[in-house]
Amino acid sequence: MSVKLSSRQVGDVTVLDVAGRITLGEGSSALRDTLRDLVSKGQKKILLNLGEVSYIDSSGIGELVSGFTTVANHGGQLKLLGLTKRVKDLLQITKLYTVFDVHDDEAAAVRSYA
Amino acid sequence: MGKNTGGEAETVDQFLDSTLESVDSAENLVLDVAQKAGFPDEDLHKIGMAVRESMVNAVVHGNQYSAHKKVHVSVSKGPDRLTVTIADQGKGFDLEKVPDPLADNNLLRFSGRGMFLIRAFMDELQVRRLSPLGTEVTLVKYLGSK
Repeated sequence: MSVKLSSRQVGDVTVLDVAGRITLGEGSSALRDTLRDLVSKGQKKILLNLGEVSYIDSSGIGELVSGFTTVANHGGQLKLLGLTKRVKDLLQITKLYTVFDVHDDEAAAVRSYA
Repeated sequence: MGKNTGGEAETVDQFLDSTLESVDSAENLVLDVAQKAGFPDEDLHKIGMAVRESMVNAVVHGNQYSAHKKVHVSVSKGPDRLTVTIADQGKGFDLEKVPDPLADNNLLRFSGRGMFLIRAFMDELQVRRLSPLGTEVTLVKYLGSK
């Protein structure tokens, strides 16, 4: 499986559930396209749920950064939810863990946008 | 595919097309040898990721997806280490000129973290230019390394 993406609305926050692998090719481009689509529809509060992401490579990390800046450039906020240990480790060694607003609890993450 | 075994050493190698499918093929080839060598799951993850990043560099930046160029992948299992070499037929690059992805100005770059991750996940990394064209990357992981 490459990557599976599905979005849902929790109040005014769009939660994008991501499952599978975010790697160069289909996985990273699917994430990029979906985030751009959400931004083009005016979504400004986007919570990326990575709880079911089994693998992410440097291209996938690049897409997270790209999504973060794209949403920010449109006046919104992209936050991360439910990092697995491996994804958390990756963001820590690349010094990106402090760049993103990372949450473990969805309800608290949704409230943090207020 | 070539395979040489002698004593405790074993070498397997393949010439792969310059496609993203080859990234998976190389990862599977190396992980099969690494698993048999007894590396724990966490090391297998790191080795697999380093191989994927090296293969992406070879396919995308080195050979630039050329149908006329191959990537040579070789994996050797020694008594205390796994050695992987990945060689492309591209124009090459200067490792010293790869921007530091941890520098404040580079943190939000969309790319440029591959070599950094390879260094972080493997115990040794060597890059050398091949003549007349190409770059060979050698990755080493020791059994029992942290």
